[in-house]
Amino acid sequence: MSVTTLTIDGKLISASQDETILDAARGAGIQIPTLCYVDGLSAHGGCRLCLVEIGGSSRLQPACFMKVAEGMVVQTDTEKLREYRKMIVELLFAEGNHVCSICVANGNCELQTQAMDVGMDHERLDYTYPQRQVDLSHERFGIDHNRCILCTRCVRACDELEGAHTWDVAGRGSNSKVVTDLNQPWGDSPTCTSCGKCFMACPTGAIFKQGATVAEMDHHRAKLEFLVNAREKKQWHV
Amino acid sequence: MELSDLHDIAARERANRPPVEIRCCSAAGCVSSNSPAVLEELRGAVQSAGLQDRVKVAAVGCMRLCCQGPLVQTVPDGALYQKVTPESAPSIIAGLQGGQVTAERCDAAAPFFTQQASVVLENSGKIEPERIEAYIAVEGYHALHHVLREMTPAEVIQTITRSGLRGRGGAGYPTGVKWATVAKNPGERKYVVCNADEGDPGAFMNRSVLESDPHRVLEGMAIAGYAVGASQGYIYCRGEYPLAIERLQKAIKQANQRGLLGTDIFASPFDFRIDIRIGAGAFVCGEETALMASIMGGRGTPTPRPPYPAEKGLWEMPTLLNNVETFANVAAIIRRGPEWFAGIGTERSKGTKVFCLTGKVVNTGLVEVPLGTPLRRIVEDIGGGAPDGGTIKAVQTGGPSGGCIPAEFLDTPVDYESLAKLGSIMGSGGMIVMDQTTNMVDVARYFMEFCMDESCGKCVPCRAGTVQLHRLLSRILAAEAGPEDMQRLEALCQMVRDTSLCGLGQTAPNPTLSTIHYFRAEYEALLQKAGPGQRRRLPLVAATDNSR
Repeated sequence: MSVTTLTIDGKLISASQDETILDAARGAGIQIPTLCYVDGLSAHGGCRLCLVEIGGSSRLQPACFMKVAEGMVVQTDTEKLREYRKMIVELLFAEGNHVCSICVANGNCELQTQAMDVGMDHERLDYTYPQRQVDLSHERFGIDHNRCILCTRCVRACDELEGAHTWDVAGRGSNSKVVTDLNQPWGDSPTCTSCGKCFMACPTGAIFKQGATVAEMDHHRAKLEFLVNAREKKQWHV
Repeated sequence: MELSDLHDIAARERANRPPVEIRCCSAAGCVSSNSPAVLEELRGAVQSAGLQDRVKVAAVGCMRLCCQGPLVQTVPDGALYQKVTPESAPSIIAGLQGGQVTAERCDAAAPFFTQQASVVLENSGKIEPERIEAYIAVEGYHALHHVLREMTPAEVIQTITRSGLRGRGGAGYPTGVKWATVAKNPGERKYVVCNADEGDPGAFMNRSVLESDPHRVLEGMAIAGYAVGASQGYIYCRGEYPLAIERLQKAIKQANQRGLLGTDIFASPFDFRIDIRIGAGAFVCGEETALMASIMGGRGTPTPRPPYPAEKGLWEMPTLLNNVETFANVAAIIRRGPEWFAGIGTERSKGTKVFCLTGKVVNTGLVEVPLGTPLRRIVEDIGGGAPDGGTIKAVQTGGPSGGCIPAEFLDTPVDYESLAKLGSIMGSGGMIVMDQTTNMVDVARYFMEFCMDESCGKCVPCRAGTVQLHRLLSRILAAEAGPEDMQRLEALCQMVRDTSLCGLGQTAPNPTLSTIHYFRAEYEALLQKAGPGQRRRLPLVAATDNSR
């Protein structure tokens, strides 16, 4: 496998040719914010938080998708990108009903972390207050669509790791939502194996364990990557 | 099938042609104004007059002046009739025998017809789209034969490159370069896809081509298949075009029966199949990566490029994706040579372009002109200007991805670069004329609403950003917004343009940005009207549209 060298934020780094900019940056200790991306699952490219500037191109590219190339010059933290990231997080807060103080994920929420990281101290956009549902029909888990940011991590975890493909996305635009099977109550799903990988993957409090308290909302997201490594690379020692 | 067979079919078709032909439009525009009943009446009148041997009534494709449909033309005298009703139709037959024609005459020598060009629409309104023999009689499939028997794939690509043809879907990417890229990318299979998911408001060029001359598109696709090394083609047609789909299905069946598609075409080793995939109503499926996801049976959502379809498209194989109109140009270029084609148009935009002229203009319908034609000639000479003594205020091109060109730029030549310079785009060919009564903020809001409804929901800026932009525009329009909302609108427009995943989101702010650029005074007047004291916030109700 050949190795390429590229510059990220002024730092000369080497990366193997099939790596994404995100992999390469993380390998070099450069953090690029992500929300829909999670280690172990395929890239989605929907949240747009990991957009980076690439020298010679006017178009911003998602670091989770874009492959490295020899001599590439990448900027991950410009003023423009910081402002756009802040607006993305604001858009997410305005789009759903995210109330941290009464959320079970408070303190364990990636959306909340991103909001703090981008320095969002207030919402500049109008809250849309959508009317969304809560599904508690599953015996162990629940989903509160008010807190869903449509990152599709649950869809990918269920499809790629569990192989059940219980979750999918229905509807379009601001009316889209994740559904179980053919848009039926989660508890009635004949394909759900109750494995909990969707819960592990969920970045917010949208998918939660029933009866869990705020202190118990650690999502064990690293477990997803562990599973993939164990299966594909035969590495199961942590 | 051999060339001689094509000649035989063409000769038979010509020999069987009666001296008089009455052509009645059977494309969707005229069908919606009752042309099937007119056709029925015409056929009945020919029967009862006992003229079956002398007169043929043909259901042809679009004759361009859609606003005056149903249109009927008698050949060879070329008399054109408009707004023909089932009642007035028989009088056209009576007219052949010296009787009084009560059907309304349409001036076929009007600028609307004489100032137009005919490349893509050369057979439209002249041949019967449902009969392959009619297409073969006008040299149909001759180009495919020539390509398969006389040219190498590289020569075909060179010919297309030399012609200067650029993608007619809107972006204007050089077609020859695209073909060469697909041909050179390695892959065990390759695909040719025709994008017929035309969805811009006010655009119906592709529908007209498919309904009026479907074989032309099939021939273009087969030639492309040979050039890039593909043996499977797909036409992705929007589900809202039932007549186009029906005619395509018929055309594919006829071509298969004649051996013009399928295996060993023209006794060569070249195989090419074409299948139709029907869209389910999502505008975003016109975006190439979403279109391919839909063809493969997935949810029609885009994926980031690169990789481009030419490298990894359908089932990870190199895939050539072109618009209906692009394919419709191919056979003509092969038949008449790249130099002929390159002789039409401007330095960098060759050939013709079909536009759909709609809105506040006298003549609405299909317009084909050489690229580089001044906008004024299209809307004032061909279109006849604004009706009822109105004045043209702006012309919207490129649909929800395009912009509004104000009247002071009407002398701009219509080509890819000139329109881009004005902050609009050529787009697929929608051209909506607006007069002095049009409120430009309302126009911006309308297109934003369209994008909001059609956003697939995959990426945040498009899904949530268009909702916010629509709210801001609605508030400005209702004179409930202040200057800070205007700032927010502009900032958000830039953000959605720069950060969205696919073309839908990236171009969704264009109508807003272009109206702000040219008609800022209208926005400011509405902000003024609101005044500092009157500014109200929207009530705190559910806005993500359970009501919609």
